Amino acid sequence: MPETPPERSEGSRPASNLPPLSLHIPEPRYRPGDTPDFGGIEIPAVEATPRPGEATKPDAMRDLCYGLVRVLDFDGAAKGPWNPNLAPDRLRSMLRTMMLLRAFDDRMFRAQRQGKTSFYMKSTGEEATSVASTMAIDRTDMVFPSYRQQGILIARDYPLIQMMNQIYSNRGDHLLGRQLPIMYSAPEHGFFSVSGNLATQYPQAVGWAMASASKGDTRIATAWCGEGSSAEGDFHSALTFATVYNAPVIFNVVNNQWAISSFSGFAGGERTTFAARAVGYGIAGLRVDGNDPLAVYAATQWAADRARTNNGPTLIEHFTYRAEGHSTSDDPSAYRAAQEASAWPFGDPIARLRQHLERLGEWDAERHEAQEKELDDLVKTTQKQAEKLGILGHGMHQPFETMFEDVFEEMPWHLKEQCAQMLAEQEAKFGPDWKPE
Amino acid sequence: MNMIEAINSAMDVMLGRDDKVVVLGEDVGYFGGVFRATAGLQKKHGKTRVFDTPINECGIIGVAVGMGAYGLRPVPEIQFADYIYPGLDQLVSEAARLRYRSANDYICPMTVRTPFGGGIFGGQTHSQSPESIMTHICGVKTVIPSNPYDAKGLLIAAIEDNDPVVFLEPKRIYNGPFSGYYDRPVEPWSKHAASAVPEGYYRIDLGKAATVREGEAVTVLAYGTMVHVAKTIIEEMGVDAEILDLRTLLPLDVEAIEASVKKTGRCLIIHEATRTSGFGAELAALVQERCFYHLEAPVERVTGFDTPYPHSLEWAYFPGPVRIATALTKILKD
Ligand SMILES: Cc1ncc(C[n+]2csc(CCOP(=O)(O)OP(=O)(O)O)c2C)c(N)n1
Repeated sequence: MPETPPERSEGSRPASNLPPLSLHIPEPRYRPGDTPDFGGIEIPAVEATPRPGEATKPDAMRDLCYGLVRVLDFDGAAKGPWNPNLAPDRLRSMLRTMMLLRAFDDRMFRAQRQGKTSFYMKSTGEEATSVASTMAIDRTDMVFPSYRQQGILIARDYPLIQMMNQIYSNRGDHLLGRQLPIMYSAPEHGFFSVSGNLATQYPQAVGWAMASASKGDTRIATAWCGEGSSAEGDFHSALTFATVYNAPVIFNVVNNQWAISSFSGFAGGERTTFAARAVGYGIAGLRVDGNDPLAVYAATQWAADRARTNNGPTLIEHFTYRAEGHSTSDDPSAYRAAQEASAWPFGDPIARLRQHLERLGEWDAERHEAQEKELDDLVKTTQKQAEKLGILGHGMHQPFETMFEDVFEEMPWHLKEQCAQMLAEQEAKFGPDWKPE
Repeated sequence: MNMIEAINSAMDVMLGRDDKVVVLGEDVGYFGGVFRATAGLQKKHGKTRVFDTPINECGIIGVAVGMGAYGLRPVPEIQFADYIYPGLDQLVSEAARLRYRSANDYICPMTVRTPFGGGIFGGQTHSQSPESIMTHICGVKTVIPSNPYDAKGLLIAAIEDNDPVVFLEPKRIYNGPFSGYYDRPVEPWSKHAASAVPEGYYRIDLGKAATVREGEAVTVLAYGTMVHVAKTIIEEMGVDAEILDLRTLLPLDVEAIEASVKKTGRCLIIHEATRTSGFGAELAALVQERCFYHLEAPVERVTGFDTPYPHSLEWAYFPGPVRIATALTKILKD
């Protein structure tokens, strides 16, 4: 049994002359206690990034995988070839949706802290990626989200109360209290069921897009994952199938710099960009300022047009920053510098869009504050309604028998037996007057 | 020490004793793991001994195979047992068979650690118990500790083992033994004898069950969290049951099981995993094969139900006090 490497045999080079090999373990630039300085990040001028035609061959646009698609400059002006030139109403609607998403996140985070549910995940700082992207595709296009894309549902006007009911696993939860909070499912809103297993939705999005293409449909699919999850095998399977069949799909990688405590270097981000993963597959790749809602919109619109005209898949890296913890179970101060979020050179997506609208003379501080209050009230009232249907652990859950439904279309004998056993257990626990709900 | 600290201590001791030991996995390095099982190890033993990996379970287990082939003893962590599935091909087709297919040319001395089981509102992708799938793979050992003292001794033995070991950590009892009553507070491990864990090296050989409680009326076979749940109910009912904590499911201490069942004439098997094709089926068959003429009642199984773990109804799913009491009453009837 070889416990050590085999001896060097005759003919191999003498080891004494060779430099010792060394293993590289990536290390983020800043840790708790450090003062972050993101001056090293290259930020190309807004006008510097060309916008190729939607039918351009991937190898003619490699530079875009290493550049950064930008529209809003840091003074709030929209410029350059990627400017989608949206009407003020559309911009206001985008701002409102992002603000609603933030208000929703804040309130649900607090609800978890108050013990009303088990878990929550915020998308603070990343609101543009999901909201602007959704606004740039058709409502009938299918999204295969990861767990941080609640903005997609809000942008598609999914009822907030249904989201809350799901988070509370209460009597109104359309998923019958089965799923972890935030793992929504909404087929009528083109929103696939969220899996807790990372990146699994990537090949599924490709399969959906392939099916759509093989049926001569006009709908496309989008897939979502974090930069950390892009290391999963499923990610690479998806890209392979997408390029082989020229599937009409958009791959979104939300590079928010951190995968729980692991910085993007542990997903391969030290050597190349995530957009550049597209190059090896012969897929179009775009790297986008994820805190610039107009850039996200423009890039997605470009990719959607490309997919819809049978010019194939696109991979979009949304370069952004996770301003809050990974989830309610996480304490980011244990692994990253406290000021990172505020030092992030691309600012806050909501503040940037607001600045743009104000600059256009289409918005002002007064309206902004009024809207903030209106949305906060809306979320608060909705929360009260949702809580009437119960919160996690307070008994007002789904009927017990639902636990056994939907394992199969029809319940086999063994599940019927187990269901009866479970009901008998409840009766034994709560007394003879106990009734299944 | 609580269970997390004991597991941490086992890796610390082994990293210190044997420079071939390496610890790797998602978030295990600087941060010390989402359950803090590897806290402080990178700082103490260095970045090339304890390090973070990409989020890619197939990659984590696959590189551990290669490290093993070089002569290292990798201890990969899979963040939740539910995520061992994306790495299953490397475990089943590669790690488990390397010794066999190469007729001992290559071995795979890795210990895959992973938290498993429910009762923490983790929903269906943070609660599963995959032990029967592990024991169905030929060439992998499966270990499940039920207290801090055992966790450390068994983990050290697993790391020293020359075969691939899957080390399943019942996360419900990381901080203290769980009674089965979700509405009662959990007493921390510090109040229990098994938290007296020596700082240094000691090992508990794989393949040996522990007798948690001696008795004459019935043999209860359990492991992990369910050992404590069973103990609570049995004490409450005042049943003269013998409880065996199996500790390793493969290799299994079949002699201890046989001796106990022959003594009591009755056998109850308890696990949290789903029932059908669960490890309880294997145990029931073994007991029937070896103890048939000594049995005074049919062997009973208390298990989770054959559904995914439901988030809001997890306490109706969990094989808790009522289910266990019902089964005990039935088995002791005559
Ligand atoms: C297959 C699998 N492995 C591990 C996990 C545990 N896990 C949940 S989220 C996460 C980090 C993901 O980071 P990233 O993809 O960057 O997304 P972000 O959370 O930053 O949005 C990990 C490791 C999981 N859910 N699924």
